[in-house]
Amino acid sequence: MSTIDTKTVKHVAYLVRLGISEEEAQKFSVQFSSIIDYFNMLNEVDTENVPPASDIANAENVLREDVVQPSMSREEFLKNAPQSERGYVKVPTVLGEE
Amino acid sequence: MQPTNLTIREAHELLTSKKLSSVELTQAFLQRIREIDPKIKAYVTVSEELALEQARKADERIAKGENVTPLTGIPFSMKDCISTRSVRTTCSSKILENYIPQYNATVTDKLAQAGAVLLGKTNMDEFGMGSSCENSAFFNTHNPWDLERVPGGSSGGSAAAMSASLAAFTIGEDTGGSVRMPAGFCGVTGIKPTYGRVSRYGLIALVSSFDSIGPMTRDAHDCATVLEHIAGHDPLDSTTYQSPVPSYTQHINKPVKGMKLGIPKEYFVAGMEAGVESAMQEAIRTYEKLGMEIHEVSLPHTKYALPVYYLLLFAEASANLARMDGTRFGLSISENAKDVIDIYLQTRRAGFGDEVKRRIMLGAYALSAGYYDAYYLKAQKVRTLLRQDFETAFSKVDILLAPTSPTTAFKLGEKTSDPLEMYLSDIYVVATNPAGVPAIALPCGFSKDMPVGMQLIGKHLDEQTLFQVAHAYQQVTDWHKQKPPL
Repeated sequence: MSTIDTKTVKHVAYLVRLGISEEEAQKFSVQFSSIIDYFNMLNEVDTENVPPASDIANAENVLREDVVQPSMSREEFLKNAPQSERGYVKVPTVLGEE
Repeated sequence: MQPTNLTIREAHELLTSKKLSSVELTQAFLQRIREIDPKIKAYVTVSEELALEQARKADERIAKGENVTPLTGIPFSMKDCISTRSVRTTCSSKILENYIPQYNATVTDKLAQAGAVLLGKTNMDEFGMGSSCENSAFFNTHNPWDLERVPGGSSGGSAAAMSASLAAFTIGEDTGGSVRMPAGFCGVTGIKPTYGRVSRYGLIALVSSFDSIGPMTRDAHDCATVLEHIAGHDPLDSTTYQSPVPSYTQHINKPVKGMKLGIPKEYFVAGMEAGVESAMQEAIRTYEKLGMEIHEVSLPHTKYALPVYYLLLFAEASANLARMDGTRFGLSISENAKDVIDIYLQTRRAGFGDEVKRRIMLGAYALSAGYYDAYYLKAQKVRTLLRQDFETAFSKVDILLAPTSPTTAFKLGEKTSDPLEMYLSDIYVVATNPAGVPAIALPCGFSKDMPVGMQLIGKHLDEQTLFQVAHAYQQVTDWHKQKPPL
């Protein structure tokens, strides 16, 4: 039986930028352990010399000419932004002093 | 006949012979939605004003005889993960509850150009994560055949809308059975096309390497008609095939005599409901009578399809959903946020349901240092073996037949407490997506008064054969004509 402890759950929650409570961490810890345990079934499969799948449809790179084309206007784009200022999306300080 | 029960072909005939207008047909559907949908709850948004405007334009096109396609004036609904300019697109998630896209998905544009009439957007499991529609952040959708039961998922709203005649066709999306499994539960026809056959531009991504948009319809012929209009190369989606889209309807009547039908033995094992098993055997006998050769084949890695599918889903979804961060669109919770990370943490906590949280965390886990080789890379290797299984089978037979689910629709609430139990209901439909092959689901009987679905799986880009074989079955059976008692 695999165990994914609450510390690991909190760590991965932070990696995906998800706030969680202690109770949630405990609940997910139990559920994750049984799900990951099920996935360990893949260890039965011999994949020595099997290449990983990397593409599904077209195997080649798809290129195009780099030419300017009409795109959404700034005004239109900002319609969905929760906060904007002078034509920019506004967020709290990302870089700078603590 | 009630206009809401017409096939696309029948409606097209009446529209072009001016016996029915698109406005009348659209109003009939809007009226039925008002009457029936409070019981079914298939629609998240009904875009009545836009529908009537599109219907009026379609009537003008028909009156002038200009640019009339088989879909001109035909009312449809769309799964709520496909972007519709000026119509709310939620993915049935709180995080996108008030999101109004500024652009159309390519599929939306193509249907608008064909003159089809958008009735509204249908309910789904949040971001496509679920098998019963119970993970919608808004409400449950009910199976029209038994309101106590689920419609399947994740395109449950689309399947229920089709089954209850709340649209003449619907557009679903299949990442790992999300068209076929609910089609089976609700008794309708639906196709997951080859990966790359239909543009994903404007589809809110769940698993970018699995996602396939496909129509759900009354029968295989209608399904072929719709796919002809939405498939094709798109410069905005570099994974779409360049090859031209065949006229699926033109060759749909070709006889199936002499074709080879493969029965994958790994799909016919213990755990299948007796009524499902007997419906499958009956379908195989029907094909035998139609002159097909029946062969047992083996897809030896079938039992690993589910862990491969879910591991890759978790990984890709965790990356795809990173964009839902409360800064550029959608829900944003910024009160007392001391920095931008706080906005992410608060918004995503409030905006995502439990299943989404589980999957993106497990995705980060499977991709993280120390576990990447054991989970993500291992799954991609077994995915290669799954694809090879199909290649080997298709060197012997033309097409495969399997059930869409081991059981018929289960009860609301029956599987919500155990996530793993819910995952297992996808066991027959997940293998096709990691392999990229197309598959069509169609009704093939009843078990304890609930519809049973089967699927036909084909070679890459061979939708033609799927339609032909499904249509041949529907010429000699009438399961697809049965209507729920509403």
